[in-house]
Amino acid sequence: MSIFYEVIKALRITLVLWVLVAVLYPLVILGVGQIAFPYQANGSLIKNDRGQVLGSALIGQPFTGDRYFHSRPSTTNYSSADPQNDTAGILKTGVSGASNLAPSNPALLDRIRGKADRDPQKAIAGTLSVLQQAGIQPTADLLYTSGSSLDPHITLEAATAQIDRVAKARGLSPSQLETLIVQNVDGRFLGIFGEPGVAVLRLNLALDKVTP
Amino acid sequence: MVQGWIQIAGTLLIVLLMTPLLGGYIARVFLGEPTRFDRLFCPLERILYQLSGIRAHATMSGWHYIQAVLISNLVMAVLVFITLMLQGVLPLNPTGLGAPTWDTALHTAISFVTNTNQQHYSGETTFSYFSQVVALGFLFFTSAATGIAVAIAFIRGLTGRPLGNFYVDLTLAITRILLPISLVGAVILVAAGTPETLAAPVVVPTLENPNVQQAIALGPVAHFEIIKDLGENGGGFFGINSAHPFENPNGLTNLIQILAMIAIPTSLIYTYGIFANNRKQAWLVYGMVFGIYLVFIAIAAIAEYQGNPAINTLLGSPQPNLEGKEVRFGWAQSVLYAVTTTGTMCGAVNSMHDSFMPLSGAVQLANLFLQIVWGGQGTGTAYLFAYLILAVFVTGLMVGRTPEFLGRKIEKREVVLTSLLILLVHPIFILIPGAITLAFPEQLAGISNPGFHGLSQVIYEYASAAANNGSGFEGLADSQPAPTGLWWNLSTSVSLLAGRYIPIIALVLLADGMSRKPVVPMTTGTLRTDTGLFTGVTAGVILIMGALTFFPVLALGAIAEYFQIAGGI
Repeated sequence: MSIFYEVIKALRITLVLWVLVAVLYPLVILGVGQIAFPYQANGSLIKNDRGQVLGSALIGQPFTGDRYFHSRPSTTNYSSADPQNDTAGILKTGVSGASNLAPSNPALLDRIRGKADRDPQKAIAGTLSVLQQAGIQPTADLLYTSGSSLDPHITLEAATAQIDRVAKARGLSPSQLETLIVQNVDGRFLGIFGEPGVAVLRLNLALDKVTP
Repeated sequence: MVQGWIQIAGTLLIVLLMTPLLGGYIARVFLGEPTRFDRLFCPLERILYQLSGIRAHATMSGWHYIQAVLISNLVMAVLVFITLMLQGVLPLNPTGLGAPTWDTALHTAISFVTNTNQQHYSGETTFSYFSQVVALGFLFFTSAATGIAVAIAFIRGLTGRPLGNFYVDLTLAITRILLPISLVGAVILVAAGTPETLAAPVVVPTLENPNVQQAIALGPVAHFEIIKDLGENGGGFFGINSAHPFENPNGLTNLIQILAMIAIPTSLIYTYGIFANNRKQAWLVYGMVFGIYLVFIAIAAIAEYQGNPAINTLLGSPQPNLEGKEVRFGWAQSVLYAVTTTGTMCGAVNSMHDSFMPLSGAVQLANLFLQIVWGGQGTGTAYLFAYLILAVFVTGLMVGRTPEFLGRKIEKREVVLTSLLILLVHPIFILIPGAITLAFPEQLAGISNPGFHGLSQVIYEYASAAANNGSGFEGLADSQPAPTGLWWNLSTSVSLLAGRYIPIIALVLLADGMSRKPVVPMTTGTLRTDTGLFTGVTAGVILIMGALTFFPVLALGAIAEYFQIAGGI
C-alpha cells in the first residue's frame, strides 16, 4: 500500500501549498493593490467630470475620422463592436488578438497594398491607400497591426504626420497640436528601456477639451 | 538603432549583476545554510511541514524521488482538471463562462503541470477568474518549484551528495524563492499599471463613435503576471499574453518581466558552481551560454530592424518589422523578449512570433531545439550539465582517456541516460508527430501561413510542447472550436508529458548513480573540465548535435522562407 500512502502524502502537501499560493498570495496582492494603488489596480480608467468611464489610459480605441489622430490598425477593432449587432460576443468578455500573418504571407501584402477584385466583397482597400487618402505619410506602425490589437500608442513620427490634417479639421494651429502631442507622450523607463509612444486616446480627449 | 542596442546591453548587464546574488542565495537555501530571512521563513515552513506531514530530514533514493515527483504532479493535474471542468458552477465568474471542452481542459491541465503553459485558448473568453487564479495560478508555483527541486537534486547527485527530499525542496523553492520575489514583483507591477481586481469587464462607448462600444477586459492580473514569468510558466491571463497593455503596460514592466524570466535559469548555473566548489567552471559554462544567447539576439535584432523588404518598398524606406509588435516595445524590446522567452522556456510573448522575420523565427526554433540557452526552470541547467557529461565522453574517446566528470567515471549507464535524455526524446516527440500532422494538412494541421512558413508553424508547436516552452506560431488553428483543435490538444499533450517526465526520470537516475560512485583521485592524466578548451568543445558538441538533428527542418522552413522573401514574394 505504499502507493496509496504516497498519494495521500501528495494530496496533503498539494492542499497546503494550494492555500498558500493560490488563495493567500492572490488575496494579499489584491488587498495591497486595491488599497495602495486603486487607480492602477482597477485598469487605469479615465473618467469625465460626471464620473462616467471614457476608456482606459492603457488601452487604445479606434479612430478613423479627420478630427482625431488615427490609431494603429487593429485586428479586433480595439475590442469594440456595435452593441446591436455583436454576434461574436465581443462586448461580453472583451478580446485581444493579432493577425499572426507571416512576413512571407501574400495576405499581408494584400492587406497593406490593397487588392482589386471583380467581386466587391472580396476587394481590399489596403491600409496604404487609406492612409494616402487621409493625407498621412505612412510609417511602419500605421501599416502593421499591433501585437495585442489594443496598442494605445503610435510613434511620434506617425503623430507628426497627422498634424496638418487634424489642424485643418479643427481649425487649430499646428504648434498647438505639437504641444498637445508632447504632453501625451509616454517616455522610456529611466530614459533607456522601451520606446516612446503617443497615447492616442488621451491625445484625442485633450483635443476635445480644446475644441469640443 | 544604437538606442535599441543600449537597451539590450543595459538589461543584460543587470542580468550579469543579478546572477551571483541570486545564485548564491539559492545555494545557501538548498545547502541548508543560514540566510538573512530565516527568522521570517522558518516558522512558516514548520507550519507547512506540520500540516502536510513532511519529515524534513528524510532524504529520498532515486526511484523514491521520481515516484514523489510523478504522484504529486498527477494529483495536482487531476485536481486542476476537475476545477476547470466545474468552472461554470464555481464562483468568481463575472462573464458567465461555461466549462471548456474536455480536450481543452485536459491539454491545459497537462500543459500547466508540465511548466509549459502552451495555451490552446484565449484567457478572456475561456477561463473564469476562479479558474485562472485558483487552478492555473497554483500550477504556476508548483510546476516551477518541481523544476527547481529536480535541478537541485541533480546538482546534489552530481557533486556526490544525497538527492534530498522532493517535498522539502518543493516547499523551499516556493517559500524561499518564488513566493518572496513574486510578492515584491507583483506590487511593483500593480504600481506600474497592471490591474488587480475581481471586477467584471468594463463596457464604454468609444470616443469617436458612441454607437460603437468597447469592452475592456480586467482581472486579477498582477499577481498572476509575475509568477508567470519568474516560474518560466508563460501562460497569459489574456489571450495575447504580455503584448496586452494590461499584462505589460510599459518599459518598466517589460524590464521586470525579462529579468524575472531569466533570473533563475542563469542563477542556477552559479548555484552549481557553489555546490561543486568550482566557480570557475560555472562561469565558463555561463559564458558559453551567454555567448550563444548574444549571437541569437544579434541575429534576430538585425532581422527585425531591417524589416520586411516587400513592405519597405511600399514605405519608401527601410523600417523595422512591426507586424504583431507594440509601439512601446519596438523592435529591440520585442526581440530581447522573444529570444529570452524561447531560450528560458518561459513562453510568455510580448509580440507575435508568427509575424517575426524568418531568421528571428529560426533563432526562436533553435532555442527550443537546444533547450540550454538558458533552458527551462531547473531542467535547463540540468540539460547543460548533461551536455557536459556527453562532451566528457566524446573528448574521452578522442584522446583515449577514461572519461571522468567531477572525479566520477562516466560509464555505459551515464552515456545511455544522457543520450536518451538529450539526443532521442526531444527530436522523437517533435519530428514524429510533426511528420504525422504534415501528412494530413487539411484534416490535422490547420496551417494559416502558406508555403515554407507553414512547416515552421507545425514544428514550432511540437518543439514548444516537447521543450516545455509554451509559446507558439499562433496563427495555427490549434484551439477549439477549430476542427483541428482536438488533434492538436491530444497530440501535443503526448509531447508535453514525454518532454517533461522522461528527462526528469533520466536526470534523477543519472544523479542518483553518480552520487554513489567512488571518487577517482585527480592525476595529471585526468581530463580537466574547467578549462576554456573543454568548454569550447562542449559548445561544439551542443551545436553539432543540435544542427545534425534539426537542421533539415530549419532549412526547409525558416531558411527557405528567408531566401523566398529576399528574392521577392
